[in-house]
Amino acid sequence: MTVAPSTEPSGAPTLRDDALLQVRDLKKHFPITQGILFQKQVGAVQAVDGVTFDVAERETLGLVGESGCGKSTAGRTITKLIEPTSGSIVFDGKEISGYSRSQMQALRNDIQIIFQDPYSSLNPRHPIGTIVGAPFRITDSSLTDKEIKSKVQSLLERVGLNPEHYNRYPHEFSGGQRQRIGVARAVALRPKLIVCDEPVSALDVSIQAQVVNLLEDLQEEFGIAYIFVAHDLSVVRHISDRVAVMYLGKIMELADRDTLYSKPLHPYTHALLSAVPIPDPDNQNRRERILLTGDLPSPINPPSGCVFHTRCFKAQERCKLEVPAFREVAPGHAIACHFPEERKPFDPNAEGRVIRSTMSAEEQDQQLPVDAHPDLVQQAHQDDRSQFR
Amino acid sequence: MTSTLDSSSSVVSPPPSSFLEVRDLKVAWPTDDGLVKSVDGLSFSVERGKTLGIVGESGSGKSVTSQAILGLQKGTRAQVSGEIWLDGDELVSKTADEMRVYRGNKVAMIFQDPLSSLHPFYRVGEQIVEAYRVHNDVSKDVARKRAIEMLDRVGIPNPDRRVDDYPHQFSGGMRQRAMIAMALVNDPQLLIADEPTTALDVTVQAQILDLMRDLQKEFHSAIILITHDLGVVAEIADDVVVMYGGRCVEAGAVRDVFYNPQMPYTWGLLGSMPRLDRDRKGRLDPIPGNPPSLINLPKGCVFAPRCVQKHRVPGDACATVRPDLLEADPGHSVRCHIPADERRRIWAEEIKPVL
Ligand SMILES: Nc1ncnc2c1ncn2[C@@H]1O[C@H](COP(=O)(O)OP(=O)(O)O)[C@@H](O)[C@H]1O
Ligand SMILES: Nc1ncnc2c1ncn2[C@@H]1O[C@H](COP(=O)(O)OP(=O)(O)O)[C@@H](O)[C@H]1O
Ligand code: SF4
Ligand SMILES: [Mg+2]
Ligand SMILES: [Mg+2]
Repeated sequence: MTVAPSTEPSGAPTLRDDALLQVRDLKKHFPITQGILFQKQVGAVQAVDGVTFDVAERETLGLVGESGCGKSTAGRTITKLIEPTSGSIVFDGKEISGYSRSQMQALRNDIQIIFQDPYSSLNPRHPIGTIVGAPFRITDSSLTDKEIKSKVQSLLERVGLNPEHYNRYPHEFSGGQRQRIGVARAVALRPKLIVCDEPVSALDVSIQAQVVNLLEDLQEEFGIAYIFVAHDLSVVRHISDRVAVMYLGKIMELADRDTLYSKPLHPYTHALLSAVPIPDPDNQNRRERILLTGDLPSPINPPSGCVFHTRCFKAQERCKLEVPAFREVAPGHAIACHFPEERKPFDPNAEGRVIRSTMSAEEQDQQLPVDAHPDLVQQAHQDDRSQFR
Repeated sequence: MTSTLDSSSSVVSPPPSSFLEVRDLKVAWPTDDGLVKSVDGLSFSVERGKTLGIVGESGSGKSVTSQAILGLQKGTRAQVSGEIWLDGDELVSKTADEMRVYRGNKVAMIFQDPLSSLHPFYRVGEQIVEAYRVHNDVSKDVARKRAIEMLDRVGIPNPDRRVDDYPHQFSGGMRQRAMIAMALVNDPQLLIADEPTTALDVTVQAQILDLMRDLQKEFHSAIILITHDLGVVAEIADDVVVMYGGRCVEAGAVRDVFYNPQMPYTWGLLGSMPRLDRDRKGRLDPIPGNPPSLINLPKGCVFAPRCVQKHRVPGDACATVRPDLLEADPGHSVRCHIPADERRRIWAEEIKPVL
């Protein structure tokens, strides 16, 4: 079923002007320079290329997509760990995209971030009491050490750690416990928004569930909004109220959780959902499987038209030529696709049908030589995390 | 799969009829803090053309098991005992040199990180040629043809051009394919894949699993697939071994273990996972606590400290008596003190309805 005649003028997605966070056409392009003496820009990694969404108070927006699609860059740009190239970020009524570091410092009470690898963001030389106590110390110099200690200990207890372990160092904790320390530090000042960047991706499934429950409880208790960045579609569904699916720096589909997972319209969403292995051997073989060829193309030289067209199983000539507008097709449900279609994920009556991309791997290989930039990968995760230490 | 019960006899028993049979495998490492019992009494078997999934959380002994089968711990401090029978040969008693002849030939492996098999400084093709010529007396040209053929077979686009690329010129998914090509170049009868898709995105994982399934049909090899993802096991394995704390806690045919699991740990894993194919649950049911230390394993059931079902067992058997791995149904073994009937009832009435 084709949902909207594709010639229809594109309606911009409904935006909620009262939302806590309003992100409009946000871009982050990392310049690629050459030359030693005279640095010349020769291109750009278009990591985030025009994303628009809202996050309301106490709401969780999930951000999913394959690695390299720009999820972390989006999260780090919103928290101003890195400077946006263009676009607008309105937080709590204030346009913060141009805020300086010191202006941002004042907002640190309200916007926090949790990383995948808690180790990289916990200073290994400080005991966890100092780490978790830092936000209190920075924002209120009138607090005595004793007051801070008691605040920290009740916080440790709240996130499920032993308050007696106040003097232990990060390496003395397991991965799951370290993530709890990261969570404790992030919620210390009762922020309004936390960007959670793959907070449970490195954890085993039983521990992952513990941390997910903790995040949900804290949200409830303190009224926090989350941007939950993850590549695991099941976890994102579990925790999110609304979900944005990203591909090569752009949002392909954005909808409330139930719509996105039960009636997705974008072929990329269909492909992602069909690829998630489910712990049900019989249905696994009966449902429809969409096999995309190749990997994510390079964001340095993204495909023309719809960026997904090189891997899409519905792509036609038009997709190569024309960028599909990100438009609302039903209230709160926006997509960027010329040929959206309703498909039922996990339909056990699909007889194990296999669907493949229209463009062969050979064609793709010709068109988009894989561009490995080891030096860029190196840079990729150097940002100023000390702001959150 | 024939599930074997714990065997404590040290007499070497006669060779089995299965293609691969592991009997009472133990691997321990002496360390300053004590003996790390990574694998403690593991038994399973795999037939040609079949896939055994080994699933468990990190540190449960999956990789150590695969390294033992490959003989990679020979010449290290590891204390290895038990028997590993491959097609009539016993491997634990072989020397490091003898094992080298098996590896890459009769037994091949693929890993999570392709760069652990592909050297970054040599062309992909050269490395496959090399792997082929170690075990086959052929000219470079013949081997190169074979390398291109293998790259083509695993779905590398433009293989005759790509054969001269370096690994870094390949994307992540292509490197994984190239590693599979290299592993399969000598027609191995046993392929051990240790978390082969863990570092990949789901869309690429789906391609690689699809490829492995096709290749198995074609080469009729036995596959041991190690993963922490129950979904991957359900997708590709015929039989499953669930590991916890260095031992097998449940084993059986995939349908038995997924549709009639009987070990509280397996229940816990299923309850911890948010499921895309079910209605969304209000809350996840995590397994409380953390995995055990392999130096100070609990005295009774290794899972007891985290088990929410242990009150079903009278007395303190869970804390004091190590349960045996016993056959609950034909081909389905479980290590738990709760009687089998009671476990079936708990699964059907209490666990399954809320998953
Ligand atoms: N500092 C940087 N310099 C150059 N490229 C970067 C930098 N950070 C990220 N990138 C690139 O931007 C793209 C998106 O990366 P990222 O946001 O980390 O994706 P995700 O979190 O979805 O995996 C990738 O191609 C990545 O290599
Ligand atoms: N060389 C070694 N020396 C000491 N301990 C080891 C060694 N190799 C593995 N181990 C320990 O054995 C246990 C099982 O490891 P492993 O098999 O790698 O787990 P996994 O199930 O995650 O693959 C771990 O606790 C690990 O620390
Ligand atoms: S033996 Fe006891 S502790 Fe172990 S799984 Fe069974 S009930 Fe739980
Ligand atoms: Mg990321
Ligand atoms: Mg491992």
